[in-house]
Amino acid sequence: MRVLVIEDDAETASYIAKGLNESGFSVDIATDGKDGLLLAIGEDYDVAVVDRMLPGLDGLSVVETLRRAGKHTPVLFLSAMGNVEDRVNGLRGGADDYLVKPFAFSELLARVEALSRRRGGAAVETLLREGDLELDVLARTVRRGGETLQLQPREFALLEYLLRHAGQVVTRTMLLEHVWGYHFDPQTNVIDVHVSRLRQKIDRGFETPLLHTIRGAGYILRATE
Amino acid sequence: MRLNRLLGSSVFRLALVYLFLFSASVMALVGFVYWSTQASLTRQIDATIDAEITGLAEQFNQRGILGLMRAIQRRADAGRHTRGIYILTDSNFAPLAGNLSAWPDVEPEADGWITFPLDYAEQWGGGINYARGRVFDLGGWYHLLVGHDVRERLLIAGRIRETVLLGIAAVIGLTLLAGLLMSRRLLRQVDAINRTSQEIIAGDLSRRIPITGRGDEFDKLAGNLNAMLDQIERLLTGMKEVSDNIAHDLRSPLARMRSRLEVTLMEQPDSAAYREAISRTIDEADALLKTFNALLSIAQAEAGASRRHFEALELGALLGDVSELYEPLAEERGQRLVVGLDGEARIRGDRDLLFQAIANLVDNAIKFAPDNGTVELSLAQANGRAEIIVADDGPGIPEVSRAKVLERFYRLETSRSTPGSGLGLSLVAAVAELHDGRLVLADNAPGLKASLALPFGAAAKTPAKPSAPPAEAA
Repeated sequence: MRVLVIEDDAETASYIAKGLNESGFSVDIATDGKDGLLLAIGEDYDVAVVDRMLPGLDGLSVVETLRRAGKHTPVLFLSAMGNVEDRVNGLRGGADDYLVKPFAFSELLARVEALSRRRGGAAVETLLREGDLELDVLARTVRRGGETLQLQPREFALLEYLLRHAGQVVTRTMLLEHVWGYHFDPQTNVIDVHVSRLRQKIDRGFETPLLHTIRGAGYILRATE
Repeated sequence: MRLNRLLGSSVFRLALVYLFLFSASVMALVGFVYWSTQASLTRQIDATIDAEITGLAEQFNQRGILGLMRAIQRRADAGRHTRGIYILTDSNFAPLAGNLSAWPDVEPEADGWITFPLDYAEQWGGGINYARGRVFDLGGWYHLLVGHDVRERLLIAGRIRETVLLGIAAVIGLTLLAGLLMSRRLLRQVDAINRTSQEIIAGDLSRRIPITGRGDEFDKLAGNLNAMLDQIERLLTGMKEVSDNIAHDLRSPLARMRSRLEVTLMEQPDSAAYREAISRTIDEADALLKTFNALLSIAQAEAGASRRHFEALELGALLGDVSELYEPLAEERGQRLVVGLDGEARIRGDRDLLFQAIANLVDNAIKFAPDNGTVELSLAQANGRAEIIVADDGPGIPEVSRAKVLERFYRLETSRSTPGSGLGLSLVAAVAELHDGRLVLADNAPGLKASLALPFGAAAKTPAKPSAPPAEAA
């Protein structure tokens, strides 16, 4: 997996690159918009991480130009500005996800992984599997080891999202954004309660747990350790 | 106030322009009056002369030269009152009768009109003057000249000229004076504004422009500028408070993190202990990030920039989402989360911030309500406002502290042990203000009753109707 990081702050860029390297990505860094755009158009990256404020060509223009050039590389926008307006403009300009500085690296990593996975998946799967867990999106049924599980609608949506990102860390913010549909920052870890309820239903009484908590990051759904 | 400042002021320049236009029009008017007066006086004199000549010619025709001479002498004698001038001569221009000593040495115009110099007798003021007259030939034997002294006409003309000059001088003088006075008054008011501005620039933000109380446009300007200054001061105070709070509340966790890392480094522990220290540091950093994000949200709500992104919302659905999110948390503590919706309430607002605000209230309520307690979440409508009420049966907030808890980072002594940033209610208050609403904290006896009132604004409120089962995403 190749990631392009366009970020003018050398220190931020290098720590992002280092962290992504550790997680198995190969990373290229561009320190201004023009270089970044040339790389993004010329090479084939799986994900581009683009800072909103860049010297020369700003991040929004980079994304817009990239999209006009017919490149569909998923873009994660980084910005110190958390305005709704910025988020809306960024997403409208062609970015796929948006992260406000300061952010936790685990959040960035989770989002980059989610984006890299999204690539090419044009056909949405309707039967999701991980280990012996199986979720049928159309029939709205969940089975594990042949046993049918009864889930509340929100638990179903939560599990569906986790299954679509099976093997990846999913953060609490991502869950709030995609399962509940709100951009907000809960004071208490209210999400944890929902996840532990789901865990009760899908893991209790089974040999291998599927839903794991990753400390300081979020959750991961995977069949193997 | 120095004179050249006054002369350089825009008001004074306007006064000068006004003065010029006014004088020009006065001069044009007076010129016209002068010209038409002159013309009519001349016409009047000419008519008199013509009439006299006709009369005298008649005398000559009826009574002969002697009758004419007598008539002329009579008129000449009265001439000192009528200003008439007469002379009758024979064919050699030797005077026969009249009040002119000799035939004037001036060639008359073709139609007989003549303008000639006239010596004045001392008793008439002396000097040389001009007279206007007409010569007349009486059958080739006699010459008759009937004239009129035009000194009077010239006197009138002179008087008009004098009056005009005096008038214009007075106008110029008065206009200059008025211009100076007006400039002075305006400059004084503008100076007051300038002085205040400079004092503010110099750092004294408490200064305000004095209001004269005359209620004129300067008072309005001063009032508006003062209101603007109030707003700026309020924002600056808010900002200062925030930075003070940040300094206080963010420094201590940062210092704690730093010393933990330092101590860990000194202890040279095994890798498991390193791991433990690092993950505790990460937790602490996460808490800091959360605080930063909360501050950012408050700042956003306060800046009001997101008003442009307001969308039509149904508060009932929003409340449903919040309760759905928090229900398991309440249940875990054996609390009941009771939701009461009174119809639909449609408003325009920022969906995420409102969700955050309601979530903060519910979060607080669950945090402070006792185990097995009750948290009530309800939506009511009254007086053009939608009112979201979150009530718990916890310890509540003493009345004296209710305003304090809305400030950033303020935490009750009793709640220091519970987790939280001390920013939750500040954010709710900021979100309320963003929507022109209000957050009111009241006693729930026992517990706290927080009510977030939001005006419907432009969106029409819909009548209460049996609430449909909440639409689920799944």
